[in-house]
Amino acid sequence: MSLARQVWTLVLKDLSLEKRSREMLSSMFIFALLVVLVFSFSFDLRVEVMSGVAPGVLWVAIAFAGMLGLARSFVLERDQGCLDGLLLCPVDRSLLYLGKLVSNLLFISLTELVVVPLCFALFNLTFHWLLLPIVLLGTIGFSAVGTIVSAMTVHARAREVMLPILLFPLVLPVLIAAVKLTGGVLDGQPWREIQNWMQLLVGFDVIFLVVSYLAFEYVIEE
Amino acid sequence: MERWTRTHRNLLWAVSAVTIGIALFLVFLVAPREATMGDMQRVFYFHVPAAWVGYLALFVSFVASLLYLRRRESRWDRLALSSAEIGLVFITEGIITGSFWAKATWGVWWTWEPRLTTSAVLWAIYASYLTLRRAMEEQGRRERVAAVYSVLGFVAVPINFMAIRWWRTVHPLVFEGGGSNLTPAMLRVLIFCIVSFTLFYLAVLSLRLGIAWAEEQVEQLRYE
Repeated sequence: MSLARQVWTLVLKDLSLEKRSREMLSSMFIFALLVVLVFSFSFDLRVEVMSGVAPGVLWVAIAFAGMLGLARSFVLERDQGCLDGLLLCPVDRSLLYLGKLVSNLLFISLTELVVVPLCFALFNLTFHWLLLPIVLLGTIGFSAVGTIVSAMTVHARAREVMLPILLFPLVLPVLIAAVKLTGGVLDGQPWREIQNWMQLLVGFDVIFLVVSYLAFEYVIEE
Repeated sequence: MERWTRTHRNLLWAVSAVTIGIALFLVFLVAPREATMGDMQRVFYFHVPAAWVGYLALFVSFVASLLYLRRRESRWDRLALSSAEIGLVFITEGIITGSFWAKATWGVWWTWEPRLTTSAVLWAIYASYLTLRRAMEEQGRRERVAAVYSVLGFVAVPINFMAIRWWRTVHPLVFEGGGSNLTPAMLRVLIFCIVSFTLFYLAVLSLRLGIAWAEEQVEQLRYE
């Protein structure tokens, strides 16, 4: 089997699991919705210009909903010994990482398809095509780190708490860059002023993808 | 370092104590008074070495984690853990003295500018590293996973250094280009302080490594 086919098989496995139970996507959707709603209520009472907090709210919603998805993606492997089954597959351990990464990306992107338009509606924002690559790159960075960290916490005590504790410090620079870029684009800032943040975002994505890919087999081995 | 005898360790402590004594003397009595900020500027001689040693200690932890992943010898893991603990303390000191410095120069205790933000992130990463070690019970897996986390986390550090150059920032650029904004006298005192802090770090590290080794001996005895 070629590399791409192996990865795709892993992704299909996760997708078909989700299609049958439908619990992860629905909880991610609802949670993200609630986060956006709660934030827009809370800020509406104090903030004059709501569009100012919009980028932050958007990315917080994506991050929290994303963490929900990440937490579940490895935990469901641990129950019923599925993780051992995966380890027995004749695939490179690092390909397991890629498979999980792609399926996490898909789930978070599906959630964003709901959350982003909602934010645009609630905060009265105008769409700009640059937002698409920004959201994509931010999600890739978040998922790249999140996939390996969720693999790490599978065997830890108090794993629901450990995942955010471990993930947020690593992912903060990605979130900061994404919020700065989103805010800059929405405010109509010239590209020259915010392109440093794009460099940071791309750099982080590349670095974290490579390091996580290489380090994954150490995390997952028995 | 763990195999050092008591004499070696005492010698290191003695040298470290002497250099710190001299450093204190230099900082408060010899270093020239700064023109605009007065004596408050002297916190600089504590802030910069603390930050420097913090990064050094966390770098040592990073390298030790890499070596542990490659070779799986427990002494690398002990070094990674010890250096991370000490590094965290020094970074905390750097942040606290830095906020005194910030209050004196900019009038605020804290601001979300790039350099400070990335320092806070680094602190959070290594605090999480220590929490992770406590949360995992299985012996081999705990060290491995923590080592991977340390490697992932250390990637944040170069960004910290680059942040001060990439963006317009209020953090004073002390070493820009070839020269520096300090007078030679101040620079000499600063370098001496950095050396004395580093010696202190090595002394504490040797102590902590000894403790880690003893802990491991106890664990092994318990299972026999």
